[in-house]
Amino acid sequence: MLKLRDILVELYREAATSLPFEIENKLQKISNIEKSNSKEALKVILENIKMAREFEKPICQDTGVPIFFVKAPFGISQTHIKNEIIKATRIATKNIPLRANAVDVLTDKNSGDNTGIGFPIIYFDEINSNKLIIELMLKGSGSENIGQIYKLPIQEIGAERDLDGVRKCVLDAIYKAQGRGCPPYFIGIGIGATKDQVTRLSKEQLLRDLQDKNKNSVLANLEKNILKDINKLGIGPMGFGGKTTALAVKIGINHRHPASYFVDVSLSCWTHRKAKIILKI
Amino acid sequence: MLPLKEKDVLSLHAGDFVLLTGVIITGRDKLHKFLVKEKLPPKKIPFDLQGSVLYHCGPVVREKFNNYEIVACGPTTSIRVDMYEPEVISRYGLKGIMGKGGMGEQTLKALKENHCVYLHAIGGAAVYLAKKVKKVIGVWKLEEFGIAEAMWALEIENFPAIVTMDSHGKNLHSNIEKHSRNEFMKLLKT
Repeated sequence: MLKLRDILVELYREAATSLPFEIENKLQKISNIEKSNSKEALKVILENIKMAREFEKPICQDTGVPIFFVKAPFGISQTHIKNEIIKATRIATKNIPLRANAVDVLTDKNSGDNTGIGFPIIYFDEINSNKLIIELMLKGSGSENIGQIYKLPIQEIGAERDLDGVRKCVLDAIYKAQGRGCPPYFIGIGIGATKDQVTRLSKEQLLRDLQDKNKNSVLANLEKNILKDINKLGIGPMGFGGKTTALAVKIGINHRHPASYFVDVSLSCWTHRKAKIILKI
Repeated sequence: MLPLKEKDVLSLHAGDFVLLTGVIITGRDKLHKFLVKEKLPPKKIPFDLQGSVLYHCGPVVREKFNNYEIVACGPTTSIRVDMYEPEVISRYGLKGIMGKGGMGEQTLKALKENHCVYLHAIGGAAVYLAKKVKKVIGVWKLEEFGIAEAMWALEIENFPAIVTMDSHGKNLHSNIEKHSRNEFMKLLKT
């Protein structure tokens, strides 16, 4: 039987080198609509996706911050999974290879193997099932840097404490981001009571499939409307101008405190790298 | 063809699609901070930067038979080094800056004053662009700064990029920003 560590190395390889097909297909579609330099950029992007998959090389040189979302049944040791993730990270960094991105804040030294304090990021949840589900997102930092957190209300953009206020925040975030984070973007939104809660929630939204429709019809509608509005901004692929600035908007909610209305906007670049594995225990 | 001459730069206009061939130098966050803080004279750098293109890139590199293979080398976001760039352009005689996302007013001004051009590479197209690298000429500050932040000299061939800020003061990014600002204001009212 394969060790968990080996399975995780392959999860890294898949995430880093093979973009989900639904994203590739979507990019293919928009390359037929866009014009001029945006179209040229998309052509190179599509060629790059194919080359990365064929040669098993990282789609983007920024192999990002590895973020693991682990859902494990009762009785599975989190410490064991964490140790395996760390070992797999070291192997994957060397073998694929990934770019070493973990930098010590005090010494400014790069650890060289993508491990360090709180690096990679691992989120655990217990589930009532006999399956171990591990999802990995390689979060590029160009797009991470343009994410924003909002505390409603915000008078300057007329964002009140309601869903229209949320819409205005997201538009503000994308307007400010312009083309700096490699659009077309994937947008995860988290709404809730505290800062830490909404930032995790918005990242979790980025795990959802492109076609996944929100189960809540109010949110499904809001996702659709915000996406439509964003694509009116005209920023376009790579920020070269055009009709497609974002490919998806996904929203998650938590209950909030009467005094708090936090909205976190997490962005992913077009190279939205993620992979998932489900293991029977 | 690199290095770029004054007349080459002046002939380039925002919106032009170009293919670069010759030697480019990489440099990102740490290197910019270091060059400006140390006020390093050009002769202290092992590569000739006069007329060269400085590429904002932190590549993935694999060591192979005592040489290096560039595995992936797309651009990184340029705006982070905006505060250092005017000094770097003028001190080292650069004729091109390449990265992604565009840069600020101070760099636009420096491009104009020093007859230099900003080239936008295709973000995320790292394997495709790595195939355009024919040879690693050398590397500087590898031990100290690490692979991503070191200065790499790369021989490239037909490396695609788009001029988005030219030496005549034209900036495609600000045109798009203005357009999106108008749309944004309209959407706030709906």
